[in-house]
Amino acid sequence: MDNLKEFVADQIKTDLPEFNPGDHIRVHVRVIEGDKERIQPFEGDVISIRGAGISRTFTVRKISSGVGVERIFPINSPKIAKIEVLKQGDVRRAKLFYLRNLSGKAARIKNKAK
Amino acid sequence: MPGLIGKKIGMSNIFTDDGQLVPVTIINAGPCPVLNVMTIEKNGYEALQFGFGTRKENRVSKPVLGQYKKQNLTPAQIVKEFRNFNVADYKVGDSVGVEIFTQGDSVKVTGRSKGKGFQGVMRRHGFGGVGGTTHGQSDRLRAPGSIGASSYPSRVFKGQRMAGRTGFEQVTVQNLKIVKIIPEKNIIMVKGAVPGAINSIVEINK
Repeated sequence: MDNLKEFVADQIKTDLPEFNPGDHIRVHVRVIEGDKERIQPFEGDVISIRGAGISRTFTVRKISSGVGVERIFPINSPKIAKIEVLKQGDVRRAKLFYLRNLSGKAARIKNKAK
Repeated sequence: MPGLIGKKIGMSNIFTDDGQLVPVTIINAGPCPVLNVMTIEKNGYEALQFGFGTRKENRVSKPVLGQYKKQNLTPAQIVKEFRNFNVADYKVGDSVGVEIFTQGDSVKVTGRSKGKGFQGVMRRHGFGGVGGTTHGQSDRLRAPGSIGASSYPSRVFKGQRMAGRTGFEQVTVQNLKIVKIIPEKNIIMVKGAVPGAINSIVEINK
């Protein structure tokens, strides 16, 4: 298995900031429209990080005009130009799926004490 | 269609140039030494005989070992013939590697599937099983049902599909795209799954 990892090692990004479930992040996504490329930010809370190696993914949840929107990104995707960690959240779980059942004030995540 | 012998290393994912994550099987293909060149004049057909892997000398019979010694080659674990090479370009002792493939090629990969042991008809032949458990019926959910008529013909026809040893048979998967080639490590990556377990020998044909 170690053998196998070595062949995809060049695809794994090392320049991304470290972030955890509960953090508020902004993901800069490369979008290709026609033959032009632009950057589209997607800002929200990280509610899940799963997988390992090249297939590692994270889920970002935001509320967009009253509707909950979740997007799953492969962490090593070349479509991710940049990730900014805006706030570090204080949560007790690795998967924050309970946020889906909460809305408004209840769905806030506490800031991590510095 | 030229081909090579390879060894399945395992599966992973890889990003394509347009950012898609595709599942790939990593195969260690070649380099295969040419053990013999079959020509029309000598053998009646054209082919290249490739070896793959190594075999201990004491595991090879003396006549076969003599053949290797004559050409200054080491005994191979696997020997296979491949047609559709331009045999005039090759001579015994040459080494053929992944350079015969290019990225984007469609290949077919032949291997031996994983053995599944003795399996029932549902797993082995995709039968549906026998209906429900009503009308006093029990223990029939995965049964094959009727295997033929009664007094005529008074026997079961040959070829009737029944339970038995499943898997470990030759399987070919066609139209697998080569996603990436790493020439310095003799690695090719094809999109999708390939028959057989990790470390099993596969044949890759263009």
